Amino acid sequence: MDLLELARGPVIQIAVYVLLIGSLWRLLGILFLQQKPDFSEPRQAGGLRGALKVIWTRAFTAPVFKKATVYSKVLAYTLHIGLFVTIFFFVPHIVFFTDVFGVSWPGLPNNVIFLVGVITVGVALALLIRRITHPVLRLISNFDDYFSWFVTILPVVTGLIMPIRFGVRFETLLAIHIFSVALLLVWLPFSKLAHTFLVFVSRGTTGAILERRGAKT
Amino acid sequence: MKTTPTLGQVLQARGVSRRGFLKYCATTASLLALPPTMVPRIAAALENARRPSVIWLSFQECTGCTESLTRSASPTLEGLIFDSISLDYHHTLQAASGEAAEAARHAAMEENMGSYLVLVDGSIPLGNPGFSTIAGISNYDMLMDTVAGAAAVVAIGSCASFGGIPGAYPNPTGAVSVRDLVTDKPIINVPGCPPIPMVITAVLAQFLTFNQLPELDKLGRPKAFFGQTIHDRCYRRPFYEQGLFAESFDDEGARKGWCLYKLGCKGPITYNACATVKWNQGTSFPIESGHPCLGCSEPDFWDGGGFYKPVSTGDFGSGAALAGAAAAGVALGVAAAAVSRRRQAKTIKEG
Repeated sequence: MDLLELARGPVIQIAVYVLLIGSLWRLLGILFLQQKPDFSEPRQAGGLRGALKVIWTRAFTAPVFKKATVYSKVLAYTLHIGLFVTIFFFVPHIVFFTDVFGVSWPGLPNNVIFLVGVITVGVALALLIRRITHPVLRLISNFDDYFSWFVTILPVVTGLIMPIRFGVRFETLLAIHIFSVALLLVWLPFSKLAHTFLVFVSRGTTGAILERRGAKT
Repeated sequence: MKTTPTLGQVLQARGVSRRGFLKYCATTASLLALPPTMVPRIAAALENARRPSVIWLSFQECTGCTESLTRSASPTLEGLIFDSISLDYHHTLQAASGEAAEAARHAAMEENMGSYLVLVDGSIPLGNPGFSTIAGISNYDMLMDTVAGAAAVVAIGSCASFGGIPGAYPNPTGAVSVRDLVTDKPIINVPGCPPIPMVITAVLAQFLTFNQLPELDKLGRPKAFFGQTIHDRCYRRPFYEQGLFAESFDDEGARKGWCLYKLGCKGPITYNACATVKWNQGTSFPIESGHPCLGCSEPDFWDGGGFYKPVSTGDFGSGAALAGAAAAGVALGVAAAAVSRRRQAKTIKEG
């Protein structure tokens, strides 16, 4: 079994199993937690409405914080959009998803993806520098933050190297790229990267509670 | 050793012009990535080379490799050069049969001890000697007996190089490659199903010219021909870069000649010279005919997960295993919540 077969076979298989088990474990573990009984009279009904409202409104910064957070907000949005575009609009990736889920969608030209990938890595570096240089942010950062940054950006870097090659064989680079994705998938459910699926749960829960209490969200 | 005509004399007798011969030498030099200054050296070496004795052994094979070399539409120069080597034993092509054929092989071995070349096509079955025999001799015995006095061994085709189709899962005959068995002789793998004729003769030409083996990659293939992927040199590569793909064999993309990546093309992971040397006197190669590359010059291409499965797809095992993983995740989540609830209740109770 060569490196690519190992990556495409057992390694990615195990990574997907871990992702699946870990994500469901964490998600259901939280959803089935004992809810604190709320004996107050609900001021407004419709928990779901409040949940969806907060999921939407928290996507934007409150006017009062706009000036203070504009730098990190723009960078964070660029990073997330960059990751989304490179993951879901690069044609070989679409082929991968089609094979798994059976649905296909149009992709973007490779040079566009390459450009977006470079921007994504640049933005991630800017965010890392900010994390290291900002005194408060540095204080509240732990291993999880740095390692999560590393495993997120590693697949982008290993993907960007593929067309350049640096004299390394294509299948070796592809195997390394898949290994880096496997690392991300394994790390994701057990780290701060779990916000991929928990972000809407936490925001939705907050929204539902606030809506019940009649708060302006 | 008996006096044999030189290659130059043979070609001249066959009506090959000096211009045609030099053209072949220049093409060979460029294929081997040698500078143009080497062309006269190749020409001189090939002209004066005594016909090397070649013993061709065919084991578990389909004769496609021999067909590839001999079935050209018109005789090519490389074909003629190949004819001009002293092919002392090739049981498909030789007129002699039975004991006479085996006697020819032994005679060639004795006369050219230490200097003859052994070309092998087909894999060697180890499961049972009776699976494949020639004149009552098992393939294994014949190979080991013949290579003992050889200067070098050239494994022609993917079966001899890597086990090929006979070695595909579940490998009922226990087929192995030449490299699995021969460890004390230089081996050049010229894989492909079949390999490109020009590549075979260029390897022979280099051996005759420089009396040394070409530079090989980790799989024992000459780097000059197997140094780049089909994808690297594919004329459809710009479509790949632009994101223009054929989705099926009869859609608009296929008609427009767009990239065949989505149809399972193995070009990105296949090292061979098809995209540059091409087939049938440079007419075309599979991708040019609208079919994805199967990756036939790579080990285990037959078991590579499906010819029409794109390179970037993964293997996730069965759906049942995924469902099992999901069920395990659900169970763990519910159990974790239950433990948490119990702890919480205990804390409340204890106050």
